[in-house]
Amino acid sequence: MAQHTAVISANAISKYYKVPTREAGLKAAAKSLFSRTFNTVKAVDQISFSIEAGEVVGFLGPNGAGKTTTLKMLSGLLHPTAGQPEVLGFNPVQRNPDFLQQITLVMGNRSWMAWDLPALDSFELQRAIYGIPRAEFEKTRDEFIEILEIGTLVKNPIRNLSLGERMKMEIVTALLHKPRVLFLDEPTIGLDVTMQRRIREFIAQYNQRYGATVLLTSHYMADVEALCKRVIVIHNGRLLFDGGLSQLLQRFSAFKTISFSTFGTSDLGQYGEVVGKEDGRVTLRVPKAAASQVTARLLAEQQVDDLTVEDSPIDDVIEKIFSQKSAEGDLA
Amino acid sequence: MRRHVGFYLAAMKMSILEQFQYRAQNYFYMIGMIAEPIIYLVVWSSVANQQGGSVGGYTAGTFAAYYIVWTLVRNMNIVFTPYGWEWRLQHGRLSAELMRPIHPIHNDVAYFAGWKVVVIVLWLPLAAVLALIFKPSLNPTWLQLVVFFFAIWGAYLIRTMFLSLLGMIAFWTTRVGAIYELYFALELILSGRLVPMTLMPAWVQRVALFLPFQSAFYFPINALVGQLGPVELLSGLGLQLVWILVGVGLVNIVWSRGIKRFSAVGN
Repeated sequence: MAQHTAVISANAISKYYKVPTREAGLKAAAKSLFSRTFNTVKAVDQISFSIEAGEVVGFLGPNGAGKTTTLKMLSGLLHPTAGQPEVLGFNPVQRNPDFLQQITLVMGNRSWMAWDLPALDSFELQRAIYGIPRAEFEKTRDEFIEILEIGTLVKNPIRNLSLGERMKMEIVTALLHKPRVLFLDEPTIGLDVTMQRRIREFIAQYNQRYGATVLLTSHYMADVEALCKRVIVIHNGRLLFDGGLSQLLQRFSAFKTISFSTFGTSDLGQYGEVVGKEDGRVTLRVPKAAASQVTARLLAEQQVDDLTVEDSPIDDVIEKIFSQKSAEGDLA
Repeated sequence: MRRHVGFYLAAMKMSILEQFQYRAQNYFYMIGMIAEPIIYLVVWSSVANQQGGSVGGYTAGTFAAYYIVWTLVRNMNIVFTPYGWEWRLQHGRLSAELMRPIHPIHNDVAYFAGWKVVVIVLWLPLAAVLALIFKPSLNPTWLQLVVFFFAIWGAYLIRTMFLSLLGMIAFWTTRVGAIYELYFALELILSGRLVPMTLMPAWVQRVALFLPFQSAFYFPINALVGQLGPVELLSGLGLQLVWILVGVGLVNIVWSRGIKRFSAVGN
């Protein structure tokens, strides 16, 4: 018998919405009272993947790609139109308490805590909801408070905290019961760079310490680069790529970036597109296929030092994939 | 079961803490609410006085008792409304509640139960002032006091269940305000809120027997103010229990169908 090791699996899951549509104006509104027309929106269309225990996977896609809808199906909030999701051996839509006890869903920029009370009170409610033994609860709570450096904030009403501080509280609340599976939907959205880094570090620590499985959506590629070795890319509700982050860059990056220091003043435009020039350090963007040849020419013809060749920044690659796929209107 | 008890205690405590944050607002809200029963009281007391001292067995004193107790029962009747259901669906609050290993209805019941504790504490001085002004005729027995205590909580649960049922229509229609207004009109007439049920036409009283409204309003008031014997008091509580169970059953059926319709778009 084959052994199941996948913690999260999606087997051709789809979510379609029937949406009423009409033209603008009174006449169209009156007509729609008697004859309604509907469009079927395929928010998610036959997506399949599986995630092993302890993996941190980035779930990428432009707005409206179907990321959040997929997360909601996996966490049991939405019933799939077709297909079979499975998480920790459970069918999520059945919302078995044993399943809910082991997962969490964090949605960035959304506060689910009691607005008028200090976070400590919300933590207590969370303890009661999940039946966490008192000693274990206090140990976990104090540990999280220390790591996120929020000891002075947990006694303040939530309404008096900044967005970043509130997000830290949300994450502590969501993880107090030590879930095995984390669905994180843009947990760092709207936060400053320092706060984003703190939250990333915290998620990484949690993953390492508890071996939790994490499925993360984020528009900040820094989150993905720091946390995820593997990414799943979807677009228009369909799976575009599932593999290592480095494979994604290799497959979709048409350019390489060559950086070097030089004291020469000759025209470097002949080697590629000069995208940066500062304090004697030059950055060139060259077609991937020509990178080796250009590097050899630079070393032979120019006085260059400290030369590096790298893939294009991930933001550029992702942006290119999405814009290319939008233009094509469908998968390649 | 043990977890549910722990959850109820914690959620009620949270609610009490929240309500005490806005104690002045709560008090002004309660004071504002007494306008309605005071109008009823003044009108019916005048009618009673003009008709030789009583109407349908109610004197000015018993009307005063009825409408002063009314103020507490009305406050116990405030539950999570269908408007609240609209809001929780549209703003994503239900998504958060669905992620917990406890049914969202438990959260509603526990949260408002905590609020009721604050309401009862705040109501006592208000009732004392009203009693000084309107001089109610109220001489309950110990059994009436005990039954009244359980009946106000029974009323709370009945109304919670039936308004949750209405609220869940939002799974299909997104908005349920208009249906709630219709329900509210029926409730006003058939619950004893407008006037004691015995003063209503006989056919209205017969119709009301088959609906849950008076178990959530008239019975708790009458349990304290009326001349009910032990059998009537206990059978009234029994009927409340029946309506609670009917409500729980219907909530479960509608919930299991409605939750499949939950789209959680954008939240």
